Amino acid sequence: MKILMFGWEFPPHNSGGLGVACEGLTMALAKEGADIDFVLPKKVPLKAEHLNFIFADGEVSDESFTKALLNAYINDAEYRDAFSKLTEEEQKRYGNTLFHQVNQYAKEAKEIAKEQDFDVIHAHDWLTFCAGVNAKKETGKPLVVHIHNTVFDRYSGLGVMGSEYEIEKEGLQKADKIIAVSEYTRNKVIQHYGIKPEKVEVVHNGVQEEKINAKKLENDLNEFKKHGFKIVSFLGRITLQKGPDYFIRAAKKVTDTYKKNVLFLMTGSGDMERQMMKEASYMGLSDKVIFTGFLRGEDQKKIFHLSDLFVMPSVSEPFGIVPLEALLQDTPVLISKQSGVSEVLQHALKVDFWDTDEMANKIISTLEHPPLGKHLAENGKQEAKLLSWKKAAQKCMVLYENLTGPSLA
Amino acid sequence: MSAICFYFQVHQPYRVKKYRFFDVGNDQNYFNGDENGNLNNEWVLNKVANKCYLPTNKAILKLLKKHPEFKVSYSISGVALEQFEEFAPEVLKSFQDLVATGQVELLNETYYHSLSYIFSEKEFERQVQKHKDIIKRLFNIEPKVFRNTELIYNNDLAQKIEEMGYKGILAEGADHILGWRSPDFVYKPKGGKNLALLLKNYKLSDDIAFRFSSKEWGEHPLTVSKFGQWVGAKNDSAEIINLFMDYETFGEHQWEDTGIFEFLEQLPAELLKNPHNYFITPSEAAARFEPTDEIDAPEFYSWADIERDLSAWLSNPLQHDSAKKIYELEHAVLETEDEDLIHDWRKLQTSDHFYYMCTKWFADGDVHKYFNPYETPYDAFITYMNAVQDLKLRINNHHNKKSPLAGVNAVDAAL
Repeated sequence: MKILMFGWEFPPHNSGGLGVACEGLTMALAKEGADIDFVLPKKVPLKAEHLNFIFADGEVSDESFTKALLNAYINDAEYRDAFSKLTEEEQKRYGNTLFHQVNQYAKEAKEIAKEQDFDVIHAHDWLTFCAGVNAKKETGKPLVVHIHNTVFDRYSGLGVMGSEYEIEKEGLQKADKIIAVSEYTRNKVIQHYGIKPEKVEVVHNGVQEEKINAKKLENDLNEFKKHGFKIVSFLGRITLQKGPDYFIRAAKKVTDTYKKNVLFLMTGSGDMERQMMKEASYMGLSDKVIFTGFLRGEDQKKIFHLSDLFVMPSVSEPFGIVPLEALLQDTPVLISKQSGVSEVLQHALKVDFWDTDEMANKIISTLEHPPLGKHLAENGKQEAKLLSWKKAAQKCMVLYENLTGPSLA
Repeated sequence: MSAICFYFQVHQPYRVKKYRFFDVGNDQNYFNGDENGNLNNEWVLNKVANKCYLPTNKAILKLLKKHPEFKVSYSISGVALEQFEEFAPEVLKSFQDLVATGQVELLNETYYHSLSYIFSEKEFERQVQKHKDIIKRLFNIEPKVFRNTELIYNNDLAQKIEEMGYKGILAEGADHILGWRSPDFVYKPKGGKNLALLLKNYKLSDDIAFRFSSKEWGEHPLTVSKFGQWVGAKNDSAEIINLFMDYETFGEHQWEDTGIFEFLEQLPAELLKNPHNYFITPSEAAARFEPTDEIDAPEFYSWADIERDLSAWLSNPLQHDSAKKIYELEHAVLETEDEDLIHDWRKLQTSDHFYYMCTKWFADGDVHKYFNPYETPYDAFITYMNAVQDLKLRINNHHNKKSPLAGVNAVDAAL
């Protein structure tokens, strides 16, 4: 099975879950026998054994530069802001709006589709949908669009979704099959985009095997623990979608009522970071809420290790892979019910993101009753281990085969 | 000839309402939630009364009047009786009407439908006595036969029950206890003298209680004539057929539209068509039959799940921890001599609280088969422990009032 796959970012040049998911899925697909050409809009230094990268613009670009403009979570305003800071030379390589960039990618996709030999097109999220649709137009090959995130997750309540919505809708409508990362997301696709239910399949994300088998990390942040601090952490982009403000409000309620020393770590960066810092200090929590900035890899793991509880208070989370990573590091999790991952985890505490009383109640209970955290962590880890990309890849393969079946036979 | 012995369990716990950490120290009412739903005990009781207790009692009363030889027995937990008195006196009245026919036997259990025997023999005795008292007060009866919560049983319990003066005790007819033997005889517990041990025929009992409406079951639909044939086939080999089940089978577990009430209404007549069948109550069985053999059960076992063990209430660390926490308050709470406080402590001992915390079903992916008024077992644990925290504060306050130092010591010892 030959797949032409359109992505927007790929680790380590990624800003979040989309790149991680693309890497996990493609690795597992390769093991199932898929032959993957993975297209990215800009050339970045990347190497992988399991697939062949194609860079749509064909040019070599500076890494940091690419990261600033092309991440999967940028919005048009942020894009324009970043663009304005570029030199004239650099600006030539980019369109002056994000949409320009998306269109440019779509144009290049046509050319790539002409040159490559493949059976199925697979496009990840709205930024690549135009590229996927063009590749289908050009070749008549079946198109699978994979929805990791909808405009309703990104801008819940902000009402500035116009063009992104249109692009998403067109991609969803023109696709032959849609993969949603959860039932939660599938329902959104059906409700908000007028898509027939039978066209949308759920393929839950998985966790990479290396992460499952990774050796436990020795922790060098134990000093806090020695002093009797309990630690509750948030890890993710500090943006509206991730609910950092609900985390702070719950932190306030915990520190108001609970006698023991609790520290709240906020790891990540994003457009609400400053606002969150201000809010924490208004509430008198400057010494209780600690902002660590954006962390990767081993440092992330250390945060999990250190934590007595990991909290994902997302307002809208199509899947949410971070809680699984926390569980693999033996840390119990509290997740919002407005998340896809809550469909696949039984051994997790669950709350509505807005119910900060209940969030605080559950945080305190976990800190107060050690058997609770222990039971959640041990059993949750077992559950997380079972969520492999292998299963996801196998589902995708069946889906590809159903789309291409007759012509292959 | 086969004696047929019906025993129905009637029980409703006091579920802990949504009770958060912020309520600790501020709200001493753990049990009566005011939102309608599965955590509002009055609401649940009225729902079950209308679906099960009232219509089933009506049907049974009719049957008892129609067939003077028909007999049944009940064990009604103290917390259920208390809730009937408070929320649904008409249900209590309907049970009193049944008992007044003289064809109904009542059994003893722990008032709080608790696991107290496992944790504290003294507390167990007190709860059995309290149940005896309420049965005496409401029905003017002194039960002769005992059944423990969820038919939890072992040799030591049987011995204890014999010492307490009972004539009989009920248990599950579990394969691992019986071996090649049949549950359809009266047995004697190991170490017992005259105590009769009645064992549930789980095959026939569960055909009604669990499988009645199951479409996947090869015998579906279950008719009275089919059931009558199964019972009749045992006439040569069964002395007594013990049909033990939750009373909520009728109308609550098996809904009205499954035909369960028609089945119940026709069953006694169908069984009586066969001249080799007759009805018996547990104390009559204890008096009539000599034990066939001795049953040795050194370990606890119960009638729950396939495992027939304690794992529904005591398998994960949350259940063990919370049970330990509530029972270790025994000394401190009794010392307060505060009736309300002691009553609340005991209401928190009801086995259902620990059942709601069970996570073993997650493994079978069979979660929804097991009813839980809480969203998850974790919510059940968190809510329960918050109530326990508040209870501890109340105990503490009590002791501080009396004698600051003694109080601190008593609770500290318990914590």
